[in-house]
Amino acid sequence: MAEPFLIGERMTGGYGAADILHGCTIAVEKGEIAVIVGPNGAGKSTAMKAVFGMLHLRSGRVLLDGEDITALSPQDRVAKGMGFVPQTSNIFTSMTVEENLEMGAFLRRDDISGTMEQIYDLFPILKDKRRQAAGELSGGQRQQVAVGRALMTKPKVLMLDEPTAGVSPIVMDELFDRIIEIARAGISILMVEQNARQALEIADKGYVLVQGANRFTDTGQALMQDPDVRRSFLGG
Amino acid sequence: MRNLFLFALVAVLYLGTGFFQSWNLALNILNLGLLSAIMALGVNMQWGYAGLFNTGIMGFAALGGLAVVLVAAPPEPEGWAAGGWGIMAGLAFGIAVIVAATQVYQRMRKGALRNLALFVVITVGFFAYRALFDPSVAAVEAVNPATAGNIGGLGLPSILSWPLGGVLAAVAAWAIGKVSLGLRSDYLAIATLGIAEIVIIVLKNEDWLARGVKNMIGLPRPWPVPYEVDLQQSAGFLEWAAGYGFDPVSASTIVVKLLYAALFSVVLLAVIWLSERALNSPWGRMMRAIRDNEVAAAAMGKDVTGRHLQIFVIGSAVVGFAGAMMTSMDGQLTPGTYNPLRFTFLIWVMVIVGGSGNNWGAVLGGLLIGWLWLIVESVGPGVMSVITSAMSEGALKSHLIDSAPHMRLLTLGVILLLVLRFSPRGLIPEK
Amino acid sequence: MDILNAIVAFTNFVFIPATAYGAQLALGALGATLVYGILRFSNFAQGDTMAFGTMATIYGTWGLQAMGVSFGPLPTALLALPFGILVTVGLLLATDFSVYRFYRKQKVAPTILVIVSLGVMFVMNGITRIMIGVEEQNFTDGERFVFTAREFKEWSGLNEGMALKTTQAVTIVTAVLVVAWLFWFLQKTRTGKSMRAFSDNEDLALLSGINPNHVVRVTWILVAILATIAGVLYGLDKSFKPFTYFQLLLPIFAAAVVGGLGNPLGAIAGGFVVAYSEVFVTYAWKKVIGYLVPADMAPDGLVQLMSTDYKLAVSFIILIIVLLFMPTGLFKGKSG
Repeated sequence: MAEPFLIGERMTGGYGAADILHGCTIAVEKGEIAVIVGPNGAGKSTAMKAVFGMLHLRSGRVLLDGEDITALSPQDRVAKGMGFVPQTSNIFTSMTVEENLEMGAFLRRDDISGTMEQIYDLFPILKDKRRQAAGELSGGQRQQVAVGRALMTKPKVLMLDEPTAGVSPIVMDELFDRIIEIARAGISILMVEQNARQALEIADKGYVLVQGANRFTDTGQALMQDPDVRRSFLGG
Repeated sequence: MRNLFLFALVAVLYLGTGFFQSWNLALNILNLGLLSAIMALGVNMQWGYAGLFNTGIMGFAALGGLAVVLVAAPPEPEGWAAGGWGIMAGLAFGIAVIVAATQVYQRMRKGALRNLALFVVITVGFFAYRALFDPSVAAVEAVNPATAGNIGGLGLPSILSWPLGGVLAAVAAWAIGKVSLGLRSDYLAIATLGIAEIVIIVLKNEDWLARGVKNMIGLPRPWPVPYEVDLQQSAGFLEWAAGYGFDPVSASTIVVKLLYAALFSVVLLAVIWLSERALNSPWGRMMRAIRDNEVAAAAMGKDVTGRHLQIFVIGSAVVGFAGAMMTSMDGQLTPGTYNPLRFTFLIWVMVIVGGSGNNWGAVLGGLLIGWLWLIVESVGPGVMSVITSAMSEGALKSHLIDSAPHMRLLTLGVILLLVLRFSPRGLIPEK
Repeated sequence: MDILNAIVAFTNFVFIPATAYGAQLALGALGATLVYGILRFSNFAQGDTMAFGTMATIYGTWGLQAMGVSFGPLPTALLALPFGILVTVGLLLATDFSVYRFYRKQKVAPTILVIVSLGVMFVMNGITRIMIGVEEQNFTDGERFVFTAREFKEWSGLNEGMALKTTQAVTIVTAVLVVAWLFWFLQKTRTGKSMRAFSDNEDLALLSGINPNHVVRVTWILVAILATIAGVLYGLDKSFKPFTYFQLLLPIFAAAVVGGLGNPLGAIAGGFVVAYSEVFVTYAWKKVIGYLVPADMAPDGLVQLMSTDYKLAVSFIILIIVLLFMPTGLFKGKSG
């Protein structure tokens, strides 16, 4: 089997002395959606941050399109084509929607109007509110701004840390639809989710983490059907 | 061991000053160094134990100075009769207006009506206050303006003013802390910077209180320090001095200064003893826990803001106490000499250089930086003229000689920056 | 009742001076608020940065005057401004490189940075005093007035005169131009936007590829420009004395806090709030009221709420009120 497009391989590390990740492997293929689920404290967000370089790895490596990027800083990974949407504080609240998108494209020196139009097509509501301060928007709209900002660099991989935390179920469905749409455009999606069931439904690949290690790895559908997974992590 | 060495080094500096300059100067510097060390101890409580940044040291020290005037200055019955009670009534009324406004604010519901009521209370209250206050002030200030013009003091022994100095500073610190603690840390710094300026402005302008810029001179000495002239006339002293072959005049000044030094040392040691005890009590451990992790301490149910207020008030009281000691040693209150660089920021340099969080560090810093500051004042111009002696007479030379005093600011700033950068825990770090 | 004369007196003694002073404070407060927004500490060296910039400009002015250059009716100091700004930019960038950068990398608590700025204040204070001394310097030249009280009386036929000092007119015009330029810069340029983004959400700004060193550098340059202009305008309008500039720290902080620390629009509003309050409270209203009420009701006293000696107290009271009732300021600043 060929190398996946993005892979964090056998990652071990943590913030302080104690390791949070223990040989954890996360990968995503081009244009696919990979979802990380698991109980609280399993190291889901930490695993994603490790892939993005926000965590020092004691061992393991991260490959993007075959290139070893383990030593790169998050900023450098953005330049390499990775987009990251943090769970909180993921927009510039005092700036307008349009300025948020412009800041997302800060590294680009070419014309960004085309990308911006694509994002407005994806999230039409943002076009209406583009002159409004992002901090004044509703929770769901803020998440759209956050995703839009990350897309402005035209990333090859988009990483989302619990994008549906704190939004209503309707907004969540809507957001997942958009995420599928983004993946169809050829962008790989790596996502951490609390709402495991809904997330696995749209996932091409699912990772169930427990205590910083892979417990189950399979396609989203297979995980949904696995009785062990259902019983332990999806509530029956 | 290292600490002993550092203190020995400072002792050598003072002894050296005594041998090579004069003992009078050395003792002068020592006394100011001891006073600065006490102030530094107060600031160290706030900064070292609680991480509070107080930039109003000058104001608290000046309040201590005011206490000396209120307690020890001779009474001015004429001045008091002219309007003393009127002034007190005016001030009481002013406080009543503030209380009333607070009540209106708390009791009434938010809205235009409340704003209107507040406006009326404050405006009417302000003019009524001025109507009560101003005539009495004018009356008091009209009594013998050349020598008095103030309400006078109580004529009590000077030493009693020291605790009052602490109390005045504590009250001011409480008010300021109440407003600005619990907000972000910068606000305390800005607010204390402000209160210090206000205290000095009040002292400069309210002639009825302490004669303003006309200065309050001739304040009595604290017990048990005698006056030099009395010593020189005392047969016992003359005999004693003659027995050792001392010149009675210089011996008397030295003895007076030594007495001050002893008195100040007693206070200094008492403050250290008390604060060491406090620091090692459960209360002290809690303070340090709060300083090291406010969030965690708050989560454990500690009243962080309340504790901060406590330590802020206590530390400021120590500064006020020392401020009173200084004024009673000087025998005069001259508001014009209070300068934030000398009284606030110099103390800060002492705390940081000495070692924040460590009482002995603060003392070392006080004595060391105090020595540096004053020795540069007395030898700086001389050094500058030696440096410039090779230069021909001219504007540049005289300019350089004139600017010698400002070198102190530059030097202190550089020392502060260097210590913060390379030895942020100071000469004697916290244990 | 003589409303027209009252308005003229009010404009002459209150409105014009307070507006000029407000503009000077606003520029100073803008500098302080920029540092707060980007570097996240209250810069105690702000007053002395203004003093340093003014001192450099004064030397430039003396140089120009010695060469016989003048700016016609306008103060020569305006021509020397670019020189003063350049020197101050150099000083601030050098300070950042040698002092602040180290602490930024350590990510120390803001209080430590405040203390560091205190050390910087000492050094700048010392440099300024060594270079120019502690005495008062008047360095304004050119025409003293745009129009004098007498010219105004002749022109209007009113009893009450109104004068507009050149320095006041220069202050207001310069402040408007500088503020307009600053807001254009912050709102429209790529660098300006990246500064706002950095101030708003540092982590996200870094994720977006914004270079923090560049942002910080530009911030210090802007601070140097604003502080020097504010200091020179204040010095032209009143006079230059290092200690006075140190004391400006209180009104400047009051202005920045009133407006909401970190908020440029707030700093401008705050500057005017503080300046107008100060002049309103310390002005003797006798004359204005005298025009408004019948002669027999004219006040005997000066009708002055507070003596001018207490003008710093006004800033302080405003500061306290803001801290008590709206710690984030009029415009939402950074957390209270």
